[in-house]
Amino acid sequence: MKWLESVFMALKSIGSNKVRSALTMLGIIIGVSSVITMVSLVQGSTREVTDQFKSMGTNNITVSIMTWGSTRSVDPEDMVELADDNIDIIEGLAPLVNSGGTVKVGRDNISTRVQGTNKAYGVINNHNVTQGRFINVLDTERRLKVALIGSYVANELFNGKNPLGETIKIDGQPFTVVGLLKEKAGGAQHSDDDVIIIPYTTALRLTRAESVDTYFVQAKNAETVDVAIEKLESFLLETLKDPNFFSVYNQAEFLENLKEVQGTLTLMLGGIAGISLLVGGIGIMNIMLVSVTERTKEIGIRKALGAKRRNILQQFLIESVVVSSIGGILGILSGIGIAKLIGNFMKINASPSLFIIMLSFSFSAVIGVFFGLYPANKASKLNPIQALRVE
Amino acid sequence: MIKIEDMKKIYKMGSNEVHALDGISLHVKEEEFVSIVGPSGSGKSTLMNMIGCLDKPTSGKYSIDGKEVSKMKDNELADIRNNKIGFVFQSFNLLPKLTAVENVELPLVYMGVGRSERYKMAVDALKQVGLSNRLDHKPNELSGGQQQRVAIARALSSKPPLILADEPTGALDTKSGDEIMNMIKELHSSGKTIVLITHELYIAEQSKRIITLRDGKILEDRGVV
Ligand SMILES: Nc1ncnc2c1ncn2[C@@H]1O[C@H](COP(=O)(O)OP(=O)(O)OP(=O)(O)O)[C@@H](O)[C@H]1O
Ligand SMILES: [Mg+2]
Repeated sequence: MKWLESVFMALKSIGSNKVRSALTMLGIIIGVSSVITMVSLVQGSTREVTDQFKSMGTNNITVSIMTWGSTRSVDPEDMVELADDNIDIIEGLAPLVNSGGTVKVGRDNISTRVQGTNKAYGVINNHNVTQGRFINVLDTERRLKVALIGSYVANELFNGKNPLGETIKIDGQPFTVVGLLKEKAGGAQHSDDDVIIIPYTTALRLTRAESVDTYFVQAKNAETVDVAIEKLESFLLETLKDPNFFSVYNQAEFLENLKEVQGTLTLMLGGIAGISLLVGGIGIMNIMLVSVTERTKEIGIRKALGAKRRNILQQFLIESVVVSSIGGILGILSGIGIAKLIGNFMKINASPSLFIIMLSFSFSAVIGVFFGLYPANKASKLNPIQALRVE
Repeated sequence: MIKIEDMKKIYKMGSNEVHALDGISLHVKEEEFVSIVGPSGSGKSTLMNMIGCLDKPTSGKYSIDGKEVSKMKDNELADIRNNKIGFVFQSFNLLPKLTAVENVELPLVYMGVGRSERYKMAVDALKQVGLSNRLDHKPNELSGGQQQRVAIARALSSKPPLILADEPTGALDTKSGDEIMNMIKELHSSGKTIVLITHELYIAEQSKRIITLRDGKILEDRGVV
């Protein structure tokens, strides 16, 4: 008996008992659609985060140095020099001295974040300047008291007036505003716009910090990231003698971690949804067992007419696979729909990948085989004469 | 065609045994028309199940068409049922969800005959029993006599040499019963070997040879004049 014919036969048998078949499928439909929904939502939201990070540049490397407990220190100028010596690998290196400060203009004062850095920081951190200029080499060399201000600070302190050339007081020290940073985050408080940027050399003095503990480095391109990390690490090891006092890591690494988190999350939610799929499978087995009992007479007749064990096995197996596959397809469709709906609501793009669609479809088919096997085997083993005698 | 030597079938029901067949020896030649009679419980149906390869005897030898059946595996038995034997049951045993043609096609499906040819053969068989105008009817849309005719068409469709009929008229009124008997006689004259089970003497007398069973033994084996 041909394969396709068995499928037709199965469809016919399923069609002749529509309500029951629909109820049987329901388990699989719910299972598959929850797998699809959960996985696409997780993937959609992590894709969102990943994209945000990517827009910040995956070639970025962060160097952290423990200044506490170490007798040795790194001279920021050596770091800058290292970058300058390797311009074919490193696009730029920016020391970062972070602190909070009180800024005063006339009688107005606010507290904000003060970042000390150098020329390279603008490029690395996508800081554009709308008016004036960024920090330059001269500023850092001479520890000039110049500052760039974010849009929040500008609005708070200058209220629409042109801030260029004005003097502001940071922790009591007068600074000249030389530039206005381009708005990045809608000008909100505590955002990227609530910031003042000054030369790192000036900042070290201002905060009385011993040394710089953070550097932002940008590799020339994705290929040179690893070499740049190596260069930085070997230099730092040479200087600090102890790998415990520094760490060098890359955005790409962070993305890797994020991917791992996404993987675990997908697996977990997918697993939970998978359990409901399993329950659906047990439903199929249950119905198939009932169906075998109900159709004992039919099996007896078929056997009397020459059906072999494998014909009966095939018939019942194909029937359960067809039921679960149809359930799988319906589940995929409703899963895509639900994911889109929730995705719209959450403002993320939650369309499932082809891979997960194929996976959940094949999984539902496999469930059909697995849970159909026992009833089908039971049916095929029936003794024809005993089966015929059943009324 | 059929050679049975000292066949026994014992059903064990707890501690007591039922000797449904108690040493039956029987030869049926090709193109014979044999009827088996006997009181209820004498083992007629049991014997037919053995001849039809639906059940296995407890002991004894059985060969059909020169092939020893007692040692066969399930799959080979299925082939014998498919190729050599056409069954007609008292209760028709049609599949209720299939149409007349589809029911008649079933043995051909398991024989592996292709779709279109199968359909043609089934239609031919239904024509032979005078039901060419009921091809797409389901069993519950047919009278008892018509259902039994579909069953006969099904027994014929794979063109087996042997037809086994267990009380084929048992569930029918006299008129339909006579129609079915005429059909069976026709089959006999067209060259089929026929084994018919009945407990009505006037039906048995339409065959050529009557075998009487009692308590699982052959009581009498006589020709009809
Ligand atoms: N599966 C079984 N288990 C136990 N005993 C059985 C079984 N099948 C038949 N028997 C017994 O075997 C004997 C013969 O039964 P069988 O059905 O062959 O009789 P029969 O001649 O066909 O009777 P009837 O004319 O009523 O159909 C009976 O005593 C019956 O009870
Ligand atoms: Mg009987």
